[in-house]
Amino acid sequence: MIESVPALPQDFLAQVDETVSHYPVSKRSAALPLLHLWQERFGFISQEAIDWIAARLELQPIHILELVTFYPMFRQRPFGKFHIRVCRTLSCALGGSYQTFAHFKKLTGATGDEHGPIDSPDGRFTVEFVECLASCGTPPVVMINNDFYEKVDANKVEELVRRCGE
Amino acid sequence: MPIAERRLILKYADQPGYTPDIECYLKHGGYSVLKKALATEPATLKDEVKKSQLRGRGGAGFSCGLKWSFIDPAKNTKPVYLICNADESEPGTFKDRQIIHKDPHQLLEGMIISCFANNVHLAYIYIRGEFPTGAKILEQALAEARAKNFLGKNILGSGYDLDIFIHRGAGAYICGEETGLIESLEGKRPYPRIKPPYFPAVLGLYMCPTIVNNVETLCNVKHVIEMGGEAYAKIGKPNNTGTRILCVSGDVERPGYYEFEVGGLTLGQLIHEVCGGVKGGRKLKAVIPGGSSSKVLRADKRFKIKAKNAAGEMEEKELGLEDIPLDFDSLAAVGSMAGSGGVIVMDETRDMVEVLANISEFYAHESCGQCTPCREGVLWMKKLLHRINAGHCTTADVGVLNSVADNIAGRTICAFGEAASWPVQSFLANFRPDFEARAEKVRAA
Repeated sequence: MIESVPALPQDFLAQVDETVSHYPVSKRSAALPLLHLWQERFGFISQEAIDWIAARLELQPIHILELVTFYPMFRQRPFGKFHIRVCRTLSCALGGSYQTFAHFKKLTGATGDEHGPIDSPDGRFTVEFVECLASCGTPPVVMINNDFYEKVDANKVEELVRRCGE
Repeated sequence: MPIAERRLILKYADQPGYTPDIECYLKHGGYSVLKKALATEPATLKDEVKKSQLRGRGGAGFSCGLKWSFIDPAKNTKPVYLICNADESEPGTFKDRQIIHKDPHQLLEGMIISCFANNVHLAYIYIRGEFPTGAKILEQALAEARAKNFLGKNILGSGYDLDIFIHRGAGAYICGEETGLIESLEGKRPYPRIKPPYFPAVLGLYMCPTIVNNVETLCNVKHVIEMGGEAYAKIGKPNNTGTRILCVSGDVERPGYYEFEVGGLTLGQLIHEVCGGVKGGRKLKAVIPGGSSSKVLRADKRFKIKAKNAAGEMEEKELGLEDIPLDFDSLAAVGSMAGSGGVIVMDETRDMVEVLANISEFYAHESCGQCTPCREGVLWMKKLLHRINAGHCTTADVGVLNSVADNIAGRTICAFGEAASWPVQSFLANFRPDFEARAEKVRAA
């Protein structure tokens, strides 16, 4: 099982060991943190990731797959270099987030089923309408990868997309 | 003269030059309360928290002292765990973010004291996945605290050991429900557990007694121990003690987070004096007072509540929306709740059908799917509301919507069922003609 996976970088394995050590009572608790580590390093959760994490934690692959399909932040396909998350929930909606989302779609050309993340034709952007990002006082709120932006109106959308191009 | 804030938790957060590192925290007297606490008997600390009448800041407003008292060190033989609920995800709420980003050591100090008081040696901070920066800041703060021996083995020579680790969620609202959070921390889908028997205080994390407290609650513990329970209880009102961070969003001139003594001001004062009034000088239409799950309050309605008068006798009072004091008991008395402190304001231009459709879409997305009434019902509510909002409906649809909500609430394992139903029930109770008008318009056309 573990042997069939191509060698993983040493520093990654060290991070995995450190993470597992945070859960002295039950290794299974490390499932979510290891999924985060994998996704941050390799971009998405592949079948290989599921098998490897399951083996590392002495679980069946289904125990990992059921997490990946439940928690909205895990993805089973690569995303664009820039993952744009626009908050859809009430306070942001009152503050204009639907327009912000539409503007991001227009400028990046992202199309597809809007119930999930959608990609731009060049694959550089993945745009997603997400639920509450917990900054309701400064709507509309946007995250691009791990960076957080407040009061993102049409002008700011243009600026942010332009900056991604630089 | 605007009402002055009383900043206890956010005292330093926005001061120029105040940074989240430990040196800055120590310069401002940080960890001195921990030193004091370590020299005190844990039972005494628990007693101070009980005396303080501190109520949980996460949503339910449950007494913190009572929650802690469920774990009896004399009877318990298993390890006790403490989890800080930093899964801040109730729409309208953005206070924990401020604490974590700007004053993380205050949270850690409150948490370490709480762990010592309850004989906890392993604790976790469950932080929502969408706070990657917050998680980094907390990791850094934990490392600093370990380096100074505020954490780890034999803390400050007291013989007490404690470790705290960060655990990141991954975008699921249900993880804010404490038993769902525990399941998630065990590496599973966050399906809430049924109570009884799975009360966290009895069968929590790894089937051991577990305390789950909100970020703001744990910060308050530090202040309770610093000033003593009785002194703390003098802030605010009886049974509604301390300060509260209120998060205001929606149609006000100055949205944001503000900290006041609990019940220290009315909803009207908050909106008009603190937040500069309704946006554009428009009229107020409705307020959701405690996060999107709390029942909506209509601006032109009169509310009857029973409260103690100056002589200490109970008397019935009639209040307008703007006269409601912002404390736990008053908001419950008018049929809503103080919840997580997220106040969402809507002005006269807002379409209540659209607003409720938005709220229901959130709950449809976030239902964990464990209980049938919720899993199926929230989707039906969302679909019905989209149909009503688009005008493709009959007046009967409004009744169906109400009946779906009535059949979810009270029939699910966790309070999500109520959280999803209360907005629907309260919007229909207050604004039903708006919903029916959509259908009438279709019929007329």
